[in-house]
This record gives sequence, C-alpha cells and structure tokens, in this order.
Amino acid sequence: MRSSTFKIAALAAATTLTLAACGGGGESTDSGSGGEEGGSEPLTIGVKIDQPGLGVQDGDSYSGMDVDVARAVAEQLGVSEDDITFQEAPTPQRENLLTTNQVDMIFATYSITDERKEQVQFAGPYFVAGQDLLVAADSDIAGPEDLDGQILCSVTGSTSATNVQEEVPGVQLQEYGRYSECVEQLANGTIDALTTDDTILAGYAAQDQYAGQLKVVGNTFSEENYGVGLNKDSDRCEEINEILQGLWDDGTMEQIISDNLGAADYTPNADLNPPEIGGHCG
Amino acid sequence: MSTQQVLFDIPGPRARVRHRVLAVLTLALFVAVAVWLLIQLRAGGQLDANKWMPFLQWRTWTTYLIPGIGGTLLAALIAILIASPLALGLAMLRMSDVAPVRWVASVFVEFFRAVPVLIMMIFTYFWLSQQEWSVDRWNPLIGVVTGLVLYNASVLCEVIRNGVASLPSGQREAGLSIGLSTVQVRRSILIPQALTAMMPSLVSQLVVIVKDTALGSIILYYDLLTRSQQLSSAFSNVVPAYIVAAVIYILINYSISKVAETLESRQRRKRRATGGQTTDGAGPTGVAGPAVDPLVEHNTKL
Amino acid sequence: MLELIDQFNVFDAFWTTIKLTLWSALFSLLLGTVVAIMRLSPVGFLRWLGGSYVTLIRNTPLTLIIVFCSIGLWGQFGIEPASRDSPTFIVDLNFRLAVIGLSVYHAAFVCEALRSGVNTIPVGQAEASRSLGLTFGQGLRHVILPQAFRGAITPLGNTLIALTKNTTVAVAIGVAEAAYALRNMIEFRPDVMLLNFLLIAIGFVILTLPTGLATSWLASRLAVKR
Repeated sequence: MRSSTFKIAALAAATTLTLAACGGGGESTDSGSGGEEGGSEPLTIGVKIDQPGLGVQDGDSYSGMDVDVARAVAEQLGVSEDDITFQEAPTPQRENLLTTNQVDMIFATYSITDERKEQVQFAGPYFVAGQDLLVAADSDIAGPEDLDGQILCSVTGSTSATNVQEEVPGVQLQEYGRYSECVEQLANGTIDALTTDDTILAGYAAQDQYAGQLKVVGNTFSEENYGVGLNKDSDRCEEINEILQGLWDDGTMEQIISDNLGAADYTPNADLNPPEIGGHCG
Repeated sequence: MSTQQVLFDIPGPRARVRHRVLAVLTLALFVAVAVWLLIQLRAGGQLDANKWMPFLQWRTWTTYLIPGIGGTLLAALIAILIASPLALGLAMLRMSDVAPVRWVASVFVEFFRAVPVLIMMIFTYFWLSQQEWSVDRWNPLIGVVTGLVLYNASVLCEVIRNGVASLPSGQREAGLSIGLSTVQVRRSILIPQALTAMMPSLVSQLVVIVKDTALGSIILYYDLLTRSQQLSSAFSNVVPAYIVAAVIYILINYSISKVAETLESRQRRKRRATGGQTTDGAGPTGVAGPAVDPLVEHNTKL
Repeated sequence: MLELIDQFNVFDAFWTTIKLTLWSALFSLLLGTVVAIMRLSPVGFLRWLGGSYVTLIRNTPLTLIIVFCSIGLWGQFGIEPASRDSPTFIVDLNFRLAVIGLSVYHAAFVCEALRSGVNTIPVGQAEASRSLGLTFGQGLRHVILPQAFRGAITPLGNTLIALTKNTTVAVAIGVAEAAYALRNMIEFRPDVMLLNFLLIAIGFVILTLPTGLATSWLASRLAVKR
C-alpha cells in the first residue's frame, strides 16, 4: 500500500476499466423483472472476450482466469460443461445484462462497488486486484513516485492516470482508446508505463508475443474486489460464496491464477488474497 | 489516356527519356520508402508469424472481423435508410412556400451540417445512458445512427435542392402552364427527376457513412474498428490488426464507389441518348478519372 | 454556462481545434497540390501513384489514419516530431501527429477539388499554352493552376469546413480539442448534458459559418470570367 492519497485516487480510477465506462452512465436500469432460472441446467455466463489472461474468446473456446473460475463454479453448481454458454459482457453493459436476465452471472474483472450494489448483487470477492504499473522488463520504475518525467499511458476517460498525474505532476500522460494500444507502445519503448488493474497488466505481460519484454511492478496502490455479478433475485449468491471459499481452500484458485497469469511472473497481493469472501449478497 | 494529353504535348524522344528518368527516380524513392517501412516493421517484430497467424484462422474471422463488418454495414444501412426519406422531407420543407417552415428547416439543416458527427454521437450516447428507459446494449448503435442520420439527412437535403435547382426551368414552367400548383409541380415533376439524378451521389454518400461508422468505436459501438481492436487485444497484434482493418475498409468502400460510378455513367449515357442536357456546361479539359462531382463536399467528410 | 466554459477550458479546447485546422489546412493544401500535379503529369508512374494515393486515403476512415499516426509513425517507425526533453512532449507530439494524419487525409480531397477546378478550364487555355511553346510545368504554373485554384474555391472551402469538423477525431490519440472537452464535460457535469452539447455544437457553427460565407464570397469574386 502506498500513501492514502494514492489509495483514494486509485479507488476512483478503478471503476473505469475501459473508456466508455466513464461519464453519465451507471443509472440506467430496468428493474429486473424477476429472474426465473427454471432448472439449474443451462447457464449463461458473461465474460470479457478480449482481455488476455482473464477472458479471451477464440472461436467457440474461451480461456482466461475469469473463465476458469466461472467453469469451476459452474461445475460445482452441477452444471455440465456443455450447458455453459459464455457471452461477452462489455464493461458499460454489465449491470444491464444482469438486471434484464440476459446472463445469469458475470465473471469479468467486475469490481464490487457500492454504486453497482444498488443494481446487482455480488458473490465473492473471489480475488483482490489492485492498480499497478506495467513497465518494460529492464525498467527501473518501482512505483508511481518514479514516474516523474516519464510517459504514462492510459485510456481516454480513465481517471486512474489523471490521479497519478495529480500526485506526480512531472508525469506526461498519453491517452489511447484501448489498453492494447498502450501495451504495444510500451513494448516498442515509446512510452514508459501503463497503469490499470494488476491482473489486466499481468494478462498482457503473459502473452507469448510480449514474452520477457514486460513486467508488472508489483506495488499495488488500490484494492479491487472482483466479484461474481448476479441478478438481485438470484438465490445462488451464498452458495457461490461457499464454492469460492472451497476453490481457495483446495488450491484450485492458485492453480487457475498461475495457469493464466503465471507466465508474467505475477504473484497476487498476498496480504489481500485469499480474500474475505461474502458480505455482498442481496 | 488520350484525353489527358490536352495538358502536354506528345513527348518527343528527349522528353520521353526525361519522363523515364523521372519515373525511375520516383519509383526508386517509392521502393526505398517501402523497404524502409518493412525493415522497421520487421525490427519491431510486426512481421512475426505469430502476429499474422490469427488472420489465417477462420475462427478469428467469425469471432471478430465478420461481426465487425456486419456491425459497420448494419449501422451504415440503417442510417442511409432513415436519412434518405428524412432528407426528402427536409428538402420539401426548405422549398416550402410558407416562410417560417422554410426558416425552421433551414436552421435545422445548417446546424446539423456544421456540427461534427462525432460530437453528435458522443452526446446521444451519453444522453441515452442517462435515461431510465434506454437499453444499454442498444445505446452505442442508436448513438452512431443518430449522428449519421442527422448529418447525412442535412447533406442529402442540399443535394436534392441542388438537383431541383439544376433542372431546366422549362420543366417547371410546363408544369405550371398545364394548371398544376407549385406544390404539385415540385412533387410530381421536379423532385422525381432530382431523385433519379441523385442516385449516384446517394450511393457515394454511403462511402462517407461507412467511414463515419468507424467513429462509433469511440463510443464503443461494435463496428469493424472496435472488433479489430478487440482482436488486437486478444492476440497482441495491434499493428497487423489495424492494417487488416484498413484493407477491409478500402475494399468495401472501393466497391461501393465503383457501383456509384457505374450508376453515374449509365445515367449519363441515358441522358445523352434521350438528348437531355448534360450536367456540366463548362468545357472541361477532359481530365480523366471519375467525373469529379461538383459535390466534392460529400466525399470530403471523414 | 460561463462557469462551464471556465471549468473545462472550452476556449483552450477550441483554440486547439483552430490550430489543428489551420496547420492541417496548410499542409494538406501543399500535399494536395503535389498529388494533383502528379495526377495531371505526363509521367505514367506518377499518375498511378497519385491516383492510388487518392483511392487508398479516401476509402480509409480518418480514425484509423490518426491512430496509425501515433501507433505506426511514432511507435513503429520512430518518427517523433517533438522533443523528449520538453515538459509538454506528449501534448506537442500528439498535436503534430494529428496534424500529419489530418493533412494526409484531406490532401486527397484537396487533390480532387483541384482536379475539379482544372475541369472548369476550357480546353482552349491548355491548347493555347502549348502552342505558345510552354512546357507542361510552365503551362501548369502560369496558365492551368492559377485558374484551377480560382475555379476550385467552393470545393476547397467545403474541404476546409470538413477539416474543421474532422479535427474532433484527434481525440482518438488524446489531443485535448473540442470533442475531448465535451467528453470531460459530460463525465463531470452530467447534470447539464444538453448545455454541454450545445456549447460545443455552437462553437462549431461559429467556426464553420464564416468559412462558408467567405467561400461563397471568394468564389463569386475570384471566378474566372468567361
């Protein structure tokens, strides 16, 4: 943990995972019209499809940490592999997908926040991520305080980088539409650092194309509690909490994390993981 | 390209040599630049097989690119289908005999012609996401279409008005002399002719619209550009993904403008056959190429 | 409203828009003229090159071109038209990269505008210049281009108006112009959504209106009497 200013800055930042998450949204909701889920069988799960290491779609197959956790949870809910349908859950549409029952649950770097809890309920958190920096493998940058005079990349409309800038006025901000563009520029050395959740950063660093070129600094300055998004009417929240607890207890979670993000030499923040599961249902 | 030769004499032996030298020099420069670009791309690892392999996999196309092309064409088609009738209505209003109606229509048209499409898209998108009744997943599409419709309806309205204004005055006079009212003349004589004449520009307007849908990526509409960005995130191949996206856009738009050209030349032939007037009165020096339409503005937008 | 303008530096944002417009107008006019000359020239390869340029650029979305200026030109090809030592390095760089992208894009339209200007010149002018013994270059400089520019005022003006509006796309690489300001205003003051929009929209009406009026005035004043 850094200074407390950073903590606040980063908390505000973390709500913005992609650019469109910013701004006016957040309030639109059709109050869920009663989630009938029939039998326990077919299950539609919302995931990211373009977040390396967390949720990637390749044809009909999905992979990544969130996807693996979702599969493990579904399995213990008694849903067979064939009955799971993965569907893309874009950041600005996640609450809406749940309240309108277009998906049954969401595993998509979905941070538990009070604002979101007004519309949906969360099982978990199953993982605690934090805002961090991604830098070149041979970089000396060890934290935000080293960013003076450096170029920091982020996406347009994300407050995370602006907040770092307030703390370190000497930092220069490059804004793009997507994180992938930042990563590309980082890999070819035109920019010095990229900031967002450490899991997302580790996901990029773990990709074959960037093998050995990038590293996550490992000095998080915020707390992102990734939860399982559920419709408020869902009665599975507590059940999922127990399953998640089980996944941590029997080592499955650690296996999933190292399978998906291990290539980046990434280790989750040990003070906060395993997380305190529960308390966000209903 | 015999028409071209109005601007210069048929080159003699010395000029031919000079031209050849010039051609070789520019070709050499061109090749040098191309080679340098390729070397830089190679050094940056952009030509590595693993960055291009995804494009050889059919599932990359079915997951990202084909839905992307679909999204782009969907938004473009909805936009042109709404914009065309709206443009017709606006044109009628702008030519109305009632002055206040004319004014209101004029302010509408001039305003939306002056405001950048992106500004309208951003506003519509965020305004919608503020509304209780809006469905989040449709907001990007509605945002894109609204921006495109308002702008293109205004532009097409002016195309129709220009079309009507360029008709020979005899058409109008003949209509009036057989006892039609001004409204009837406009509706049943002038506008139908203007509409036929504007078919090519309607089609070439589609190129503008297709290109403008790419602005939708800024409000996260799932068009070709957004899907390419997702693809590049999933496979860490930003540069190749953008190159492929550009090629697809160029192919789509090139085909559309070919259709527009064909329509135009067919119309011109028809007009010549029926002995009607040709559009361009001024003696052109016959510069080759697709008739540079006097409405360059329409191709100028994004 | 004044407080909004103040809080989000709306004037600064529009000043950036204006600077983007003017620089890009200058460079696209230069580049466009060169491409037009290539397309009119007696050398086949140059004609082909000019034609390909126009076809490729005109059919590519500007968003893609601008983003490529940053990712490709800067990131891949190391073209860095600003000084790394400057405390405003990124701001300068993005501004200049955006100018490059906008110029490259609009040059294609300037070229087509000039060709339409050439189309307004009677064949006799070109024939007369050749019969005087002027070479292609001389004829272009003294006879064809001066008239072509005057005949192309209207399409050139339209290109300038389009350019003014297209500067908004620079937001894709983070240039703080009008569209960027609008995003910020919407994010931090969603309570006055419509006012935010109108403020920026009317800014563009104010910017483009004089161009339109000046264009039609110039077009009628400079028209070559025939």
